[in-house]
Amino acid sequence: MEIFLTYLKVFITGGFICTIAQVLIDKTKLTPARILVLFVTLGVILTGLGIYEPLVQFGKAGATVPISGFGYSLATGVMEEVDKKGLIGIFTGGVTATAGGISAAIIFGYFAGLISKPNIKK
Amino acid sequence: MDYTKIGMNKKEYTEYVESKADKSSILKNCIIAFIIGGLICIVGQIITDIALNYGLDKKTAGTISSISLIFIGALLTALKLYQPLGKFAGAGSIVPITGFSNSIVSPAIEYKSEGLILGIGANMFKVAGPVLVYGIGSSVILGLIYYIFNIFM
Repeated sequence: MEIFLTYLKVFITGGFICTIAQVLIDKTKLTPARILVLFVTLGVILTGLGIYEPLVQFGKAGATVPISGFGYSLATGVMEEVDKKGLIGIFTGGVTATAGGISAAIIFGYFAGLISKPNIKK
Repeated sequence: MDYTKIGMNKKEYTEYVESKADKSSILKNCIIAFIIGGLICIVGQIITDIALNYGLDKKTAGTISSISLIFIGALLTALKLYQPLGKFAGAGSIVPITGFSNSIVSPAIEYKSEGLILGIGANMFKVAGPVLVYGIGSSVILGLIYYIFNIFM
């Protein structure tokens, strides 16, 4: 039962974040690229203000899987590294925390592009 | 049809129909985005929970989940399965990290004919590049503010 409740919270949180983006797309005609940039930046800002952390506690992957969660990882990473190493942490913290995702995106993206054939334009 | 019977001229009637259609399609889009977005997050949670079960710490489990979803997004895009999902689910497939992965693979495929370096290499970060610029950029600014804040507090 408890696991069901956890997954329900994940579903609701993730769904809610995507719904906000959908409303923005439909109402403002923002392109997907702008939505992604907006959400990652908002993720950083909201984490800095201490607003995103409670959302992660509540919704877990529901808050970390959307791209705003990438901003959350960058922001928590940079603040932890500043605590540990001081000034240099400003430059190393964010990318250190997200290195796995960035490297995965590069290598999987590259090989996926390599093996897949382009669509023939109709 | 005689529009005057319902107290509207043709233009008003067209606008009325469009506004109705618009509202219902936005609602429909939102419900689909909610369900698909929520489901992708559940997949992420399942992978995290499996990693946690193997005794990994929370952070590593989260990273493994991200890497796995990026792999799944890239694979589905390469197999041309993510594009129809995107058309159907809108933001539900754009906002999760699988959509970020899709935004890298799509231009990589599209520009591949221009070569490995100036085609794939230069274009794969067409959308993901700005995401990294603004994401990492704002995290550095946040780090600076946090550092200064810590000196005075």
